[in-house]
Amino acid sequence: MTITKTALLAGAATLLAGAAWADAHGCDLGEGNVRILGNEFGAIQAVVDRAMECTTSGDMSANLTTEHKELQVAALTADPAQYTVAIVANSSIVPLLNDDLIRPLDDLIAEYGQDLLPTQQISVGGQVMAIGFMANAQHLFYREDILEQAGLEVPTTWEEVIAAGQAIRDQGIMDHPYISNTMTGWNLGQEFNNMYLGLGGSFFEPGTAQVAINNETGVKALETLKALAELSNPDFLTYDSNATGAIWEAGDAALAMMWGSRGGGILDDEGSTEEVTSNTVLAAAPTVDGGSIPATTLWWDGFTIARNISDEDAAASFQAMVHGIQPEVMEGNEEAAVWLIEGYQPTPAAAGVAASAQGGAIPYPMLPYAGLLHTALGNELSDFMQGRESAEQALADVEAAYTTAAREQGFVN
Amino acid sequence: MPHRTFFWFILPSLVAMTLFIFVPIVSVVFQSLYVEHEQVVVVSENCGPFGCTEETTIDQDATRALREAEPLGRFAGLSVYTDRAHLAADEVGAIWAASTGLGDFVSRLMNLPFYRALIFTLSYVAIVTPLTIVLGLAIALGVNGLPKVFKGPTIFVSLLPMIVTPVVGALVLYWMMEQNGILGSALQAITGDPTLSLRASAPLTWITLYIYGVWSSAPFAFIVYYAGLQTVPQEPLEAAMVDGASRWERIRYVVIPHLAPLTVFIALIQLMDNFRVFEPIVSFNAGAVAPSLSYNIYNDLRGEITLFNSAAATSVLTILGVVILLTPVLLRTWRDFTTKGGH
Repeated sequence: MTITKTALLAGAATLLAGAAWADAHGCDLGEGNVRILGNEFGAIQAVVDRAMECTTSGDMSANLTTEHKELQVAALTADPAQYTVAIVANSSIVPLLNDDLIRPLDDLIAEYGQDLLPTQQISVGGQVMAIGFMANAQHLFYREDILEQAGLEVPTTWEEVIAAGQAIRDQGIMDHPYISNTMTGWNLGQEFNNMYLGLGGSFFEPGTAQVAINNETGVKALETLKALAELSNPDFLTYDSNATGAIWEAGDAALAMMWGSRGGGILDDEGSTEEVTSNTVLAAAPTVDGGSIPATTLWWDGFTIARNISDEDAAASFQAMVHGIQPEVMEGNEEAAVWLIEGYQPTPAAAGVAASAQGGAIPYPMLPYAGLLHTALGNELSDFMQGRESAEQALADVEAAYTTAAREQGFVN
Repeated sequence: MPHRTFFWFILPSLVAMTLFIFVPIVSVVFQSLYVEHEQVVVVSENCGPFGCTEETTIDQDATRALREAEPLGRFAGLSVYTDRAHLAADEVGAIWAASTGLGDFVSRLMNLPFYRALIFTLSYVAIVTPLTIVLGLAIALGVNGLPKVFKGPTIFVSLLPMIVTPVVGALVLYWMMEQNGILGSALQAITGDPTLSLRASAPLTWITLYIYGVWSSAPFAFIVYYAGLQTVPQEPLEAAMVDGASRWERIRYVVIPHLAPLTVFIALIQLMDNFRVFEPIVSFNAGAVAPSLSYNIYNDLRGEITLFNSAAATSVLTILGVVILLTPVLLRTWRDFTTKGGH
């Protein structure tokens, strides 16, 4: 997989070389090595393809895989690091920050990145640690034709989504009108995070790593998720974003909570019928329980530069990635992402993320121990979702699992 | 064989075993006795595309000093073993005090990750091992009775489950069980319940994993037994026939006793393999309802923040589990060995 990807990218880069030559004038890296690790989806591929247009007499390779999170810490701990660039999001940057594996970018920005927007620069304690290039969020997807057929308004709250789903089922239009990424593990934990933050909850006691989710807000969040799961296919605990995307494209759902980055793939003319694509609308994540903010979390994707590499490699890698995220990368990829790049014009595929951000949705917390809580949520909530234990018990289990892990990691005593 | 020759003979494998098995196990035991350093956190202002927030981050200089002082982390003794993610001493005590009966106790125990995994793992071992042995023997006897022309093709087909990569075999079955897959929809039609899902129901998932386990390891038992059947002496069989023994009686009293050492061998291998059941759980996405001890280790190592110490403790407990499980079989083999005087 890895090797194929590298080969394919190298091949693509060679094919593009002719066209790219003119482009690459501004991107000769000298002798520095560039080795990129990142997640695999359309927008990141576009950025990396463009970064690979740069020329260097050193290494130039990329490994894009959905397993990047499992590789990155070990790969960047090595000295010299196996990758010079790690493409991360606001959760996956945390393990790199925790172990001090990425370098501050301020001096590189001063030298090579004057054109970067201030909003692209992600800083931790005053030092820029990552350069963002796209935003993402999970939000509502709905089928206009089916809502119309059932005589329903577009839902803007989760209560209305539940009512609408029930109405679609009662009218016999669809048995399982709702889907979302509820696979046990990271996805299910993320569903809880979205709902809990939408209800105004906070995960930890202020200023500490003590977890505090076993409360009324937590119970309410779980009950809302349970009501939605009942409108979903009984297999819901096995649905990740590949599965939900396929179900949506097959026209088997009318309401969904999916990633904005999937929007472009769903709206394009591949893998689905005209009926589905022309009636799919992307909207802000709904609010919940009379709250005012969309129940979702905001994410950015950006790149970081490894600490354990030579300054020469760091400079080359930074320049290649800055070249990769120049505004030209959006040509032909307008729908691939909600770009944070200068000159970006929102498209229908970006509507949901943009509306969620405007609605005041909360960014996913960049806390050193947030990942531990996310893992505990993902593992411990499935019993409740299948009706085998109470919400209070599930939340108590999450707290106990988190505290065990956090104690072992030295965050709580 | 002179001892000196024997020593030189096994030296290469002894070195490899020490390097790749013994040393890693020692290192795992060490890791399980330590936990990470206390983390020094500071509050800092983090800014990004969505504005600035006050968040905590790790104080790198302070943490580095701690790390250099004690590279292994803090010594924790057996506390990782007794925490909630493993033997859960306190929790089990509380459950025992609160439960109303044995059934209630077990169902509450299933709420703790280690015991949930242990119960599934043991049930998997207890069900899959004997069924594999019985099915393997049955196939071997069946194939052995076939006319020669059919033997080759039948053996090939019987070995297929072992030839197919485990993950691929499990995935094929998993897709067939999907609601619009052939098995999933057949089951819905038979039971008349359109919402029935093999993947959503815990008991059905357990049964599917057992079936997969038997299907994938029966060929191993089959091929071992089939080889053994070629060595069954003809005289006692003919003598039994003269005495009027039926086919079943000949198998029961001549063939099965002859194959007994092979049964011990297969049981040994299968007990070890089944105790480490892992691939089908990943392929079936069954981690939520049917985790095994190996799956728990994998889960600890896969999170965004890797829990090495927790994974190490589960690994040591798994090794202990295998040792306990194999003790009766090994004791029996040792007894047989000593009564026969050894050879």
